[in-house]
Amino acid sequence: MKNIPISAMIGLFFTGLYFLMAILAPWIAPYGMAEIVGDVWEPSSSEFLLGTDSIGRDLLSRMIYGGRTTIFIATAATILSFTLGSVMGFFAAVSGGWVDQSLSRLVDLIMSIPSLIFALVVLSVMPTTVPILIILMGLLDSTRVYRLARAVAVDITVMDYVEAARLRGEKIGWIIFRETLPNALSPLVAEMGLRFIFAVLFVSTLSFLGLGVQPPQADWGGIVKENKEGINYGIQAALYPAYAIATLCISINLVADWILTRTTSLKGGRG
Amino acid sequence: MHPILKLIAQRLALGLLLLFAASILIFVGTSILPGDVAQSILGQSATPEALANLRRELGLNDPAVTRYFMWLGGVLQGDLGTALTNGRDIAESLGGRLKNTLFLAFWAAAISVPLAIFLGLLAVRYKDRIPDKLISAITLTTISIPEFMIGYILIYWVAIKWRLFPSVAIINDSMSLGEKLNAIAIPVMVLTLVVLAHMMRMTRAAILNVMQSAYIETAELKGLGMLKIIRKHAFPNAVAPIVNVVMLNLAYLVVGVVVVEVVFAYPGMGQYLVDHVSKRDVPVVQACGLIFAAVYIGLNLVADIVSILANPRLRHPK
Amino acid sequence: MTVPLLKVRGLKIGATAYPPGEKPVAIKIVHGVDFDLEAGKVLGLIGESGAGKSTIGLAAMAYGRGGVEITGGEVWVNGRDILKENLRNLRRLRGAEVTYVSQSAAASFNPAKKIMEQVTEAAIFQNKFSKADAEARAVDLFRRLGLPEPETIGKRYPHQVSGGQLQRCMTALALCPEPDLVVFDEPTTALDVTTQIDVLAAIKEAIAATGVAALYITHDLAVVAQVSDHIMVLQQGDMVEYGTVDQIINNPQEEYTKALVSVRSIRHEEKTPTDNPLLRVENVTARYRGTNFDVLKKINVDIHPGQTLAVVGESGSGKSTLARVITGLLPPSDGTITFDGRVLNPALATRPVEDLREMQMIYQMADTAMNPRQTVGTIIGRPLEFYFGLRGKAKQKRIQELLDEIELGKGFQDRYPAELSGGQKQRVCIARALAAKPKLIICDEVTSALDPLVADGILKLLLNLQKIEDVAYLFITHDLATVRAIADSIAVMFQGKVVRYGTKSQVLSPPFDAYTDLLLSSVPEMKIGWLEETIEHRRMESAGN
Repeated sequence: MKNIPISAMIGLFFTGLYFLMAILAPWIAPYGMAEIVGDVWEPSSSEFLLGTDSIGRDLLSRMIYGGRTTIFIATAATILSFTLGSVMGFFAAVSGGWVDQSLSRLVDLIMSIPSLIFALVVLSVMPTTVPILIILMGLLDSTRVYRLARAVAVDITVMDYVEAARLRGEKIGWIIFRETLPNALSPLVAEMGLRFIFAVLFVSTLSFLGLGVQPPQADWGGIVKENKEGINYGIQAALYPAYAIATLCISINLVADWILTRTTSLKGGRG
Repeated sequence: MHPILKLIAQRLALGLLLLFAASILIFVGTSILPGDVAQSILGQSATPEALANLRRELGLNDPAVTRYFMWLGGVLQGDLGTALTNGRDIAESLGGRLKNTLFLAFWAAAISVPLAIFLGLLAVRYKDRIPDKLISAITLTTISIPEFMIGYILIYWVAIKWRLFPSVAIINDSMSLGEKLNAIAIPVMVLTLVVLAHMMRMTRAAILNVMQSAYIETAELKGLGMLKIIRKHAFPNAVAPIVNVVMLNLAYLVVGVVVVEVVFAYPGMGQYLVDHVSKRDVPVVQACGLIFAAVYIGLNLVADIVSILANPRLRHPK
Repeated sequence: MTVPLLKVRGLKIGATAYPPGEKPVAIKIVHGVDFDLEAGKVLGLIGESGAGKSTIGLAAMAYGRGGVEITGGEVWVNGRDILKENLRNLRRLRGAEVTYVSQSAAASFNPAKKIMEQVTEAAIFQNKFSKADAEARAVDLFRRLGLPEPETIGKRYPHQVSGGQLQRCMTALALCPEPDLVVFDEPTTALDVTTQIDVLAAIKEAIAATGVAALYITHDLAVVAQVSDHIMVLQQGDMVEYGTVDQIINNPQEEYTKALVSVRSIRHEEKTPTDNPLLRVENVTARYRGTNFDVLKKINVDIHPGQTLAVVGESGSGKSTLARVITGLLPPSDGTITFDGRVLNPALATRPVEDLREMQMIYQMADTAMNPRQTVGTIIGRPLEFYFGLRGKAKQKRIQELLDEIELGKGFQDRYPAELSGGQKQRVCIARALAAKPKLIICDEVTSALDPLVADGILKLLLNLQKIEDVAYLFITHDLATVRAIADSIAVMFQGKVVRYGTKSQVLSPPFDAYTDLLLSSVPEMKIGWLEETIEHRRMESAGN
């Protein structure tokens, strides 16, 4: 652990901080999530550190609970997209032939429609509940994971050591789990960070458009929507989620960058 | 036939096929609903007779395949159907909005493309030095914030605090070009920031890739100056990857437009789409989705064709 | 006294390495080298990979590739120290006084520009010739270098000519501006042996005709002996020996030089074929899926127990495909393969484990043949576990025995492949093959990625192991010296067919068929004047016909 560069340290610190806040939200938030405690858009004070929102709720508490919702949905969607995408990607790469062809063409097709447009199309007929959001985002994003996982696995399966294992008579399980996976793990982990960022941005966008998390549940995109009128009076309430998302995403980017450079410099090395 | 024409014809056919498949996907995507359209139009209190009448009117009793081909047939003849919410012809409502959206996207592209290529070159020129690091730090930040939040940050500072440009972008046909540009100044800035980061990063990578080729070393060892090397040896090979980058990002811009239009209450396609998604107006959503998908597929197709055209191996076969 | 064209004094070259997770380290590539080169002479720089020979060559143009930097010393060209010149003046030197020919012409030509434009570019840019004169000179050089259609070849794009032709175009590119010195950086290494001899002869003739001086960089002493006046032997950034070609080839002083001169001189008594071949390939024909021509056409060869069959041929001859067919990776479209008295199933998936165990494979690139995330112990231990069910102590003991057998000894079990040298990696691959106790090992170009001395070590090890383990080898190679060293019988392959087959002494004695003759006579010999003799011989033969 002694060789972590400063940028990755900062990234790790803030990522950890945000996740801790998300987990501990009910214990660290000064007020309840939907509790009206003051006037509309009160300025920041010792009582309300970030002031209050458009209907007099404590903004800091909303931000903490909002972070909890956003991070929870993004994490769940990432886990889904990741599991589905990498399993299918590996499966396609190792199977080859028509399995690979049909899966890859299907993914091409889904990716020929921009994710946001696709999501809007589906949400026009689906109820906007948290499970549906997670499944929708996870499915759409799994196409990108699929492409990466397949590309990485194809690169590895043409290696002579995989051929050597096949010539030895090894079963497919050994080839996937012992020869392929250990060498594919690092780029996939770095990609996971990027997918998580994408999920945070995506769910915030949907909530802002009124098609994601529904009030009174707080989430970062929704907080912008609730407080956007305040901007016209010079009230910053709607901007806090932007700062929060930016710091979270930059932190994860820094960590992902570090994992990736660590992997490339390790190419063929120990780990 | 020249093999390159054959390749391009293949790509075009593939693009059409993809568009056709995308239309099926959009149709299926709006048909998997658990309730039905008639219910969502009339609400929970509707009588069974009213529901049955509406279903018959909308053709919901026909099998899905029939409905799909009727819809597709209409689309091919320019008939996008009528909106459920107000009964107006969708093609008519879309015409003006599509024009507005393209107007916004055009100006965003006109500013961001040259700027991104310039910054990409700058970052390569000063690789690993302060300008490069500064540019990559700023782009990292803009990538990490959703479009709409960049929008509000700019509204807060540029429109409210500094009062340079208006915070809503309402345009109509009676405005002069200058007035229109003034109105869309902040949305254009937002879109530029959003695509600039990706475009500039990818341009930088594409140029670096070319600059590390052995033929650039050959040119250096001929005693050529940096500018001549870039102009004569790097540029012809970097055109294809850069055009590719530009097209991919314009496709990305199309999506960014949707959100930005909502933020600035801009009368374009994106706002129209989002509005009708919340109203569950399926025909409008299908029409808009298809148009966005067509633009997206079209831009990707152009990128593909440019790479084929720029490849000397394909242009001058053995 | 004449002033030398190129005078190098105390040249020191370094680079910065970035080991993962650690601070950047300065490494030294060349530690102070001195030499002179007179106008019109050719100096050969020879050494193994990492000797610093390319770096020294580029230093004659004051150029450092990648992160390489010239850290000290003097490089005098035409009477001035070019390390003290500014970039402006260096640009007048590069491409005018000193030019460069790289190993890979395919990568060094801009794919988007016609050949003529690139060949004449430096001459015109440096104001040496007008456009018309430069083009006339280029056509003249094309003709001199033996390129087909010299008048029009310049109108083609780089991808429209063959690799050997492009390498000649690169030589024309370097000679076009009438430089005083050309740096040739392994110009024939990437070529097939029958192409190499022609390009080599063309380069030599062009050097003689234009009177240019040259630095000729290569790892192959036999090649450099044909074109140079003097030779400098380099080892890990230091000069080991310097002398005339005659001194170095016929009377080397240093141990290292002696080793380089005597490389590939392993001699191996050939064994006589038995009545019961271990592997019999009968009428095998094969093609890749989706193609419409046969890569292998009716191949018939035998491998005898405990003996070596060398399959020799150039790229595209089908020799590696033969290995894929025998291992079952590519089922043949016709013909049978009999192994140890039983007919093998065509496809890998249908073969019983015992068949797989008895036939093992070693690859050209040891780097990609071992999983980078497994230790040497795991790599060698897996076949023991898989085929013999060895576990724990018994497995450890056997792994150590195998490591001793490949002369690595203790302390290697826990290392990762990245921590081994090229030769050590290949030895671990050999141990992995031996672990299965096979009857046949297929060796696919196992020495071609290695430096000559290391390759010699591997060949000696393989011969030694054959004696101890009584294992047969199918040895695929393009290198005839390797064939001489190790084979009992030889199959020469050309365009998917076996054109000559028999015991080593039969195959290597006249009368030859045309292709084998061409192949055998194209291999550079460690003998001064070999190139002229061979070319002269061929000229007389073709005149006689």
